[in-house]
Amino acid sequence: MPIRSKTFCESYHEDIKLLNTIWSKCWMGVFILVLLTLPYTTDTYIVYLVNLSCIAVVAAIGLNILTGFTGQISLSHAAFLAIGAYTAALLSNHLEMPFWIILPAAGLVSAATGMLVGIPCLRLKGLYLAMATMSFGVMVEYVLITWKDLTGGERGLYMSEVNLFGHLLDTDESVYYFLICLSALMIIIAKNIIRTRVGRAFIALRDRDIAAEVIGVNLTGYKVMAFSLSSFYAGVAGGMYAYVMGHIHPEHFTLLASVEYMAMIIIGGLGSILGSILGAVFIVVVPEFIKLFAQALEAAIPFMQGRYDEEWNIAVFGLLIMLFLIFEPGGLNAIWQRIKSGFKNWPFTY
Amino acid sequence: MYLLQLLVSGLAVGSLYALIAMGFVLIYKGTGVINFAQGEAIMFAAFVAYYLVTRFGVPFWIAVPLTLVTSALLGMVTERLVIRPMLGEPVFSVVMITIGLSIFLRSMAGIIFGHHNYIFPDPFPTEPLHLGGIVLSHNHLWSMIISFTLMLVFFLFFKFARLGLGMRATANDQDTATLMGVNIKKVYALTWGISFVVAGLAGVGLANVMVLNVGLAFVAISAFPAVILGGLESIRGAIIGGLVIGILENLAGGYLDQIVGGGIKDVTPFAVLFLVLMIRPYGLFGTKEVERV
Repeated sequence: MPIRSKTFCESYHEDIKLLNTIWSKCWMGVFILVLLTLPYTTDTYIVYLVNLSCIAVVAAIGLNILTGFTGQISLSHAAFLAIGAYTAALLSNHLEMPFWIILPAAGLVSAATGMLVGIPCLRLKGLYLAMATMSFGVMVEYVLITWKDLTGGERGLYMSEVNLFGHLLDTDESVYYFLICLSALMIIIAKNIIRTRVGRAFIALRDRDIAAEVIGVNLTGYKVMAFSLSSFYAGVAGGMYAYVMGHIHPEHFTLLASVEYMAMIIIGGLGSILGSILGAVFIVVVPEFIKLFAQALEAAIPFMQGRYDEEWNIAVFGLLIMLFLIFEPGGLNAIWQRIKSGFKNWPFTY
Repeated sequence: MYLLQLLVSGLAVGSLYALIAMGFVLIYKGTGVINFAQGEAIMFAAFVAYYLVTRFGVPFWIAVPLTLVTSALLGMVTERLVIRPMLGEPVFSVVMITIGLSIFLRSMAGIIFGHHNYIFPDPFPTEPLHLGGIVLSHNHLWSMIISFTLMLVFFLFFKFARLGLGMRATANDQDTATLMGVNIKKVYALTWGISFVVAGLAGVGLANVMVLNVGLAFVAISAFPAVILGGLESIRGAIIGGLVIGILENLAGGYLDQIVGGGIKDVTPFAVLFLVLMIRPYGLFGTKEVERV
């Protein structure tokens, strides 16, 4: 039997399989096992961080579908999260709907808004689109602050706990399993969208929109679809965010938050689902390391005593965006692929 | 009379918007990039001027040129460190890098200067000018004079100066401009320098009118609508856009605030921006892009 040095695909179907080697299946199994046993092996804080990461992953995938795959710059992702979060809070507080209706509803309301924003934005691209979406974000923020009767203004809204068919998920550990399943589901959906016709249309649209139109890709339809898909993801993430945080207010959904989501997909890797996951986890975890670093610094230099605040995180995000764009435009995903192929081809360089 | 007063103060605010917008347009005209960090340039200039005047006791009329020189240096350093490596990269990356730069600079300013308000020593007489019942501060008058002078200067610069033509060529097509012998690196450095000088002027002007704190950087975001309304590559457009936005904002604040309950002033420019983008994406004076595949 000849020894194969690499994975060969003999059909297109084989090529686009999600897990195409026995090894990737094994690793995935190990990864899932680690995730499932995590609450028993670590403390609550880590579980809480994973919860936040799961929400960020869903949001980042949404943004990556729009910006990374379809090439439409959006600086209003946080606004769509806000719409999802406020929809969830309002439905739960006023109409007392069950959780399994609220979460999809949050996604759908956000998707409908995304479509409404997407349609007028069809004519815009590049810089102009960035500006238009940014101004949409500012307007949403304004509405959240001023429409006090509905949104509670600066005080925000409180949120009940997740009630899944009578099971109250009131601890971080119990929400954890739900969030893992939810984000896994969202990841699989996104993966499947991207590897089929719709995904290819998105990518064609990003690379050369006019050429894509000439060969028969319906620009209008796919652009609107990308907008509504992306905001559906954002809406679901926003709804879960409201449940996990227990309290939402306009401060969570500013332009800065949108930039943070942008940072996730740039650092993770544009146009890559794995990249969105890596980037989202990275952005959630990095502040913890900054905190540790700042504590070490405070212990070492008396001058730095008590100087650490949120501002440091933001500065680091800004710096990271710049460094990644200059030195590693492919993001963490590119680094990961390099490591992987390094191992695969060892001891050869390629 | 109320209407007239609103118009005049709108014009005054608008002239500051126009100055800020001009900074954006210069960079766009020269390099084809929107600099989202323009607001931070404004804020830094304001802080430099503040420290020169209050801590080092430099007279205002000497502090201003010093501030402008610092701004120009900051612009060139930024260009060298952040923008130069991105030469020839897609628009998206360049936009994102300026956004990254913007939040980095703003939070650095937050760490250095803190978040409290500083009071800028007012160099002008506090007694405003009374023109037939309409009140106008000296500061606003000066910013109007400066914006109109600069508009004239830049208009001539882009039309006749060799460097100005080189800048326009670079914005139009980097590769072709290089082939025609335009020194792109020089063009980039100078463009950022000049644009930061304009931002510096706006910064000194704004620090007088508004409170001086780190949030000053957000002013640039409210000037975006002016830039878009006027068209991204038109100096004339920036001025007119700035004035129109200033007036609209003041009128909305004067008449609609009672109805919706405050804050409408801050959001009007963005509503205008959204509308303009829908109807005329390339602005009033911008040129429509012709695309090739």
